[in-house]
This record gives sequence, structure tokens and C-alpha cells, in this order.
Amino acid sequence: MIRFEQVSFAYEKDAPVLQELTFDIGEGEAVGLIGANGAGKSTLMKILLGLLPYEGTVTVDGMRVEKKNLAEIRKKLGFVLQDSDNQMFMPTVYEDMMFAPRNYGLSKEEAEQRVDRTLEELGLMDLKHRYNHKISGGEKRMAAIATILAMEPQVILMDEPSTALDPVNRRTVIRTINDLTMTKLIASHDLDMILDTCDRVILLSHGCLAADGPAEQILRDQKLLEANRMELPFCLAGPQRQR
Amino acid sequence: MSKVSAAGVEFREMDELAAQESAIHALHPLIKLLVTLAYIIVVVSFPKYALSGLSVMVLYPILIFQASGIPVRTCFHKLRVVMPLVCAVGLLNPFFDRVPLLYLGNLAVSGGVISMITLMLKGIFSLMASFLLVATTKMDALCAALRKLHIPSILVTLLLLTYRYIAVMIEEISIMTDAYHLRAPGQKGIHISAWGSFLGQLLLRSMDRADELYQSMQLRGFCGNFYYADSTPCTLGAAMYGVLWVGAFLLARCFDLPLLLGNLFL
Repeated sequence: MIRFEQVSFAYEKDAPVLQELTFDIGEGEAVGLIGANGAGKSTLMKILLGLLPYEGTVTVDGMRVEKKNLAEIRKKLGFVLQDSDNQMFMPTVYEDMMFAPRNYGLSKEEAEQRVDRTLEELGLMDLKHRYNHKISGGEKRMAAIATILAMEPQVILMDEPSTALDPVNRRTVIRTINDLTMTKLIASHDLDMILDTCDRVILLSHGCLAADGPAEQILRDQKLLEANRMELPFCLAGPQRQR
Repeated sequence: MSKVSAAGVEFREMDELAAQESAIHALHPLIKLLVTLAYIIVVVSFPKYALSGLSVMVLYPILIFQASGIPVRTCFHKLRVVMPLVCAVGLLNPFFDRVPLLYLGNLAVSGGVISMITLMLKGIFSLMASFLLVATTKMDALCAALRKLHIPSILVTLLLLTYRYIAVMIEEISIMTDAYHLRAPGQKGIHISAWGSFLGQLLLRSMDRADELYQSMQLRGFCGNFYYADSTPCTLGAAMYGVLWVGAFLLARCFDLPLLLGNLFL
């Protein structure tokens, strides 16, 4: 579904953010993207979405990520931003959810059906006509996910989906992610959430691929994690974790 | 709540007003836009001494306020900053134009006073009509209407993003002023020594946010067209509404209706 081949990127010369990254993500896979701050997680997602120029080859469903294919590629990719405030730009949740389906040519009735179906599935019908600036952070995050799901993308990309959420909302987001059947790429520092939602983990370090393998295996490897400025997930660390 | 946060809330109230339901809200945006434009053009075109002719134009905002359910005080409250500026435009007229034009009993009223009042009314009426348009039409629907008038996509997108950018700016100002005041207790406003860095940071932060916001729009298929804002089709009733209003404006412009009405009783 997604292929990165020898992908490199630098904001400034001599300071590469990504270096010759190569990996594949198959259809239906749930992949966690982890790494310390500045490892290149968000940059990798932006490259995939065609928001940054890059060297190498990135393909989505066989199409190279380049200007002429962007419209078609972006139809397939749904990106949940880290800051839901920047994602929810329409006055109400309903209008925000209608935005993408209408832009992609669905009639008003079809788009409305899709919005209702998505809200129903997520149990968010009560949010439908609420104003975005009047809903809580947790509700906004769920609504942001709903706006992307209303696009019915083939791949969902999430940048830190569990930040700034209370435990109940975090659990709701995890449950929602697990219920999604499409390809998932989730960038996060919340390793417990990654363990709960992903089968595979890609660990980035200074823009390079430090590890790529089953989530259970990588997230249990204390040495590997600590060598890359990370720690074992809380659920695996046990009571002996030093404060 | 700080003044800046209150300003943010007030700004967002415009979206809430536009989302209300009434016969006026339900009208096609393009018709409302055209009627408003016609109203403003007619109002502005009145001669400077045509006070009585102009006064009849107040009927349009009054009727729209009634039909849309938007309180008049909301309009004046939201326009409280710009209204005095508009009113101040003709303040010097009475000093330059002192020729008496009419007498109220023994009191001579100069042409300057009349032209000053006419100018004020023109400004107030135009502002009220613009406010009513924005308060009864969602910004995206308004932009879609502008596109239907073949206004270039780039200009319309610029208008839409500017509208969104205001909200982003207010949020950023609110965050920054809160952060400043938490570290400068007891200080009123921002100290002049911090103005430069404050404005610079504000620009950078709000640019970053506006950029992300635009990217979010692009990633969901936005390319300058407003398919998502297409409202119900323009009905015959809506078209009639437009024609009737424009006809009424022209009638008011061509004939001094209050004068004609007054002559009936003389």
C-alpha cells in the first residue's frame, strides 16, 4: 500500500531529517511510528501526504507521491493532526465532516448519509450540530477522527492521537482505532497506546530506521528503546521502573 | 475572561448567528449578496442633501432584522468600534457649508449639518446591511456566492482564509497575553519593551497555525472551489425577493417617497 524507497529529506543542508529510509506497509496493517523528539516522525508523514519535497521514491497504492498525483493520493489518505484545533476549521462538527466528502464530489445527500453513518458508528451523534469551539478537548479529538473517517480513506495517518486526553477519552480513542479496518500509521510517544493498537512498529532514530518489526518484540526490547531515548511501555515496565 | 478571549468568543458568535434558522437565513446566498450590494450602491448614490429620500432606506435593515430574528442591539454592539469612525466622517461639514437649507421653526439648519447627517446615515445603513448579510449567511456560502459571480478563486480563498485567520490570531493573542501576564503580575497591558518580540512571535505563531489549517483544508480536497458550501438551489421565490427589493431601492432612489407622502396631506 505504502512504499518508501531510499527516502531522504533535509530542511537545511547538512542537517538531514530523514536518511535513506526504506520500508513497506501492506494493506490493512497497523503500524506504529515511534522515536524520540526530532526523530522525523511528523516529517515522514508530511512527505507521505505530499506536503514536503523529498529525495527517493514514495508510493501510495502504486502511485508516486508527486504533484500530478496528489489529488488522487490525498483521497486515499486521511490525516488526523496532532492539534485538533487546526483540523476543525468549520463552525460545527457537521460542517467539518461534510467538507471532504463534498469536495470529493459527493452530493449533499450522499455526504450527509456518510456523516450520519460515521457518527453513528463512533457513537458521536450528539456532537453533530455542536460548535467546534464549544466542545471539550476529548470530544474535539473524536470529532477530528470522525471528520477523517467521513472521507472513507484507505489509509489513516495519526499524529499523536492520544496527547492531552484524559484516561477515559484516551481509551475511547484506542478502542476507535482498533475498530478501524483500514491501513493505519500512528506516530506517537504513547508506547502503551502503540502496543494496544499496532501489530508492527517502526522505530526512527535521527532520521534513520533503527528497528522495524512486531510491536510486541520491539516494545519489549528495553535496551533498544533506551538506546533511542525511549522507555518500556508502562504496562510492560512493572513496578521496578525507576523514578 | 480576558478582553482578548472575550473578543474571540464575540467573533465566533457571528458563526452562530449565521447558523440560525429563519426565512432570511434560508435564502440563497447569492440573492442576499446581490440585494446587499444593490442596497449599498443605492444608499451611497444619494445626493448629499437628500436626507428625506435617504431616510426611507432604513426600512430595509428594519425589516431584515425583524424577519431574521437578529436583535438590533447585537448589530450595534458588534459594530461599536467602527460605528463612531463612520459617524465621524462628515463632522467637519457644518464648518465649511454654512448656507441655511431649511428652517425648523426659527432654527436655520445649514447644508453642512444636513450633509453630515446624510453621510452618517449612509455609513450606518451600509454597515447595518453588511452586518445583516454576514449574520444571516455562513462565510463559506458567501464565498461560494462570490465564486458564482466569477470573482477569482484566489481572491475568494484569500477572503475565506483571512476570516479564519482572524480567529486564529485572536486565539494566539489570547494565549500569549495570558502567558505574559502570568509572568508580569500587576502590569497593565504589554510593556512597550516587549512589543517588538510580542508582535514578531505573534506573526510567526499565527503563520504556523494558519499554514497547518490551510494544509488541513488541502488534505481534505480543497482546491479553491466551494463545492461543500453549495446551498439549496436558487428558487423562483428567492429570485422574486431579490427583484422586489432591488425595485424598491430604485423606487426610493428615483422618487423622494417621504416628500411625496407628505405632499398627500398638504
